Amino acid sequence: MAKIWVFAECDAEGKVASSALENLAKARELGDAEAVVLGPGASQAAATLGEHGAKKVYLSDDSVFTDFVSQPSAYALWKLAEANQPDMIVFGMDYDSRDIAARVAASNNSTVMGNATDILGADKAQTQIFGGTKVVDVALSGPNPKIVITRPKSFEASAVGGSAETEQVNVEIPDNEKKAKRVERHEEEAAGVKLEDAKVVISGGRGLLEAGNFELLEKVSKAISNSAVGATRAVVDAGWVPYAMQVGQTGKTVKPDVYIAAGISGASQHQVGMKESKRIIAINKDPEAPIFQISDLGIVGDTMKVLPALIEELEKRKG
Amino acid sequence: MNIVVTVKQVPDPNVAPALDGDRLKRDGVAGVLDPGDEFGVEAGLQIAAANGGEVTVVSMGPAQAMEAVRKALSMGAAKGILVSDDSLQGADSLTTAKVLAGAIKKSGFDLIIAGVESTDGYTGVVPQMIAALLDVPMATFAKSIELNDGTVKINRQTEKGYDVVECPTPCVITVTAGVNEPRYPSFKGIVEAKKKPVEQLSVGDLGVSLDGSASQSVDGINDAPQRGAGEVVEDDGTGAQKIADFLTQAKVI
Repeated sequence: MAKIWVFAECDAEGKVASSALENLAKARELGDAEAVVLGPGASQAAATLGEHGAKKVYLSDDSVFTDFVSQPSAYALWKLAEANQPDMIVFGMDYDSRDIAARVAASNNSTVMGNATDILGADKAQTQIFGGTKVVDVALSGPNPKIVITRPKSFEASAVGGSAETEQVNVEIPDNEKKAKRVERHEEEAAGVKLEDAKVVISGGRGLLEAGNFELLEKVSKAISNSAVGATRAVVDAGWVPYAMQVGQTGKTVKPDVYIAAGISGASQHQVGMKESKRIIAINKDPEAPIFQISDLGIVGDTMKVLPALIEELEKRKG
Repeated sequence: MNIVVTVKQVPDPNVAPALDGDRLKRDGVAGVLDPGDEFGVEAGLQIAAANGGEVTVVSMGPAQAMEAVRKALSMGAAKGILVSDDSLQGADSLTTAKVLAGAIKKSGFDLIIAGVESTDGYTGVVPQMIAALLDVPMATFAKSIELNDGTVKINRQTEKGYDVVECPTPCVITVTAGVNEPRYPSFKGIVEAKKKPVEQLSVGDLGVSLDGSASQSVDGINDAPQRGAGEVVEDDGTGAQKIADFLTQAKVI
């Protein structure tokens, strides 16, 4: 049976990154699922990983894995893989994970498949191209482990019960891998419902004309419970709203019950992050905008007129 | 100091992409310097201006990728290296990283700067692989960069905000979009770029072995199940009501 490893990030309280739990759901389907979790919180994380189907968890609570960025983890993971010979290591697209996947691959001379939306076997994965209009099956060759980085929400996380056997990781990290030092942490998490968890996401693009008009989206969001506001890369790059709000290729992937795209043309890079939404509503003045091709309801009109009217309508219906 | 910036020519992202067999169609599609790399070039130029030194751009790609190298030169980079080789068609990330690392080693470096990912392939692992292959540390996903006494200090993007990371040089830095405002090439810059030296190399010139390298091959390409377009209506003043009705039906309000 194939041995599939999932690299899991966790926080100091042992909360496991959602990407790792999603990937475990797939890994246990493909073969023997095992997980590697490194840094403070790892011991607590092991229980969650076991509940999600990891038969074995390699762990270390050593702070060297968080004091220094990525490299100690990459080194330890590479050495662990050499000793235990997994067929594949699956990573999420989280920042540290991408660094670690790359360095393990370079050290081990393994190929890396990025942006995977499915894994078909221990040497085959699937990705989507052109804004998700085509799916490509890719065969991976060369030394094991094969390295696969999956897009968020490609698989549905689910606890299946069970507990993992644990093994302490005792890899000596060379000084050479302890160069990039994490000296401060800043969290700028927005209050309210998280974008990835919201039932309704209202996103804005260039069609909002200026940063101040994002207030309209906030007002729509206020009138809909369990909703959050997102944005396109163009307006994040323009500095209108923080990166944490970005939906799309280089931002978050969301799958809400309803996605409202306001003043968004629907570039493929944006669609990648939202096209799996259950229902899509689009407002755009350009009837040719690609977003209308994937919407369930499209309103061709002036976003700056429709939004204030919508706020009024929602208030009215709330009574 | 010798600052190397890696750059890539990508099909114009404003043109709808197409396939040529099982690869991205590049023939007959206008190529541009990857917009993400413009941030890398700008970062290199700013560091060179503040600390002395010059920027060398290094690229891998077919002969027409020279245009992207020239664009970087017109922004102010001093010289370029372009590695072209038929054997590199369809190269995976690791092969690309081996080639770029070989070229960078040949040119010498104090600092290597790259965009976080390319706009066409967006695997986002080549810069970290270059760091591993050259055995230097890395400061990745930089939202801002400071360089003092041989130490790079960056604000590193994270899921929840950002971390401050310090890393000694030589190292690899990857820059996010928005780290700076890339300059437009001046007319003078464009004229001068034509005279700046660009070394054209093949894999054989680099002393790297790609034999038996891991690789990927396309097994099949299929159309994804598409969601059909639903109702598209002109806003006649009732657009907002239609949206509210839709939200009611979806039971989210």
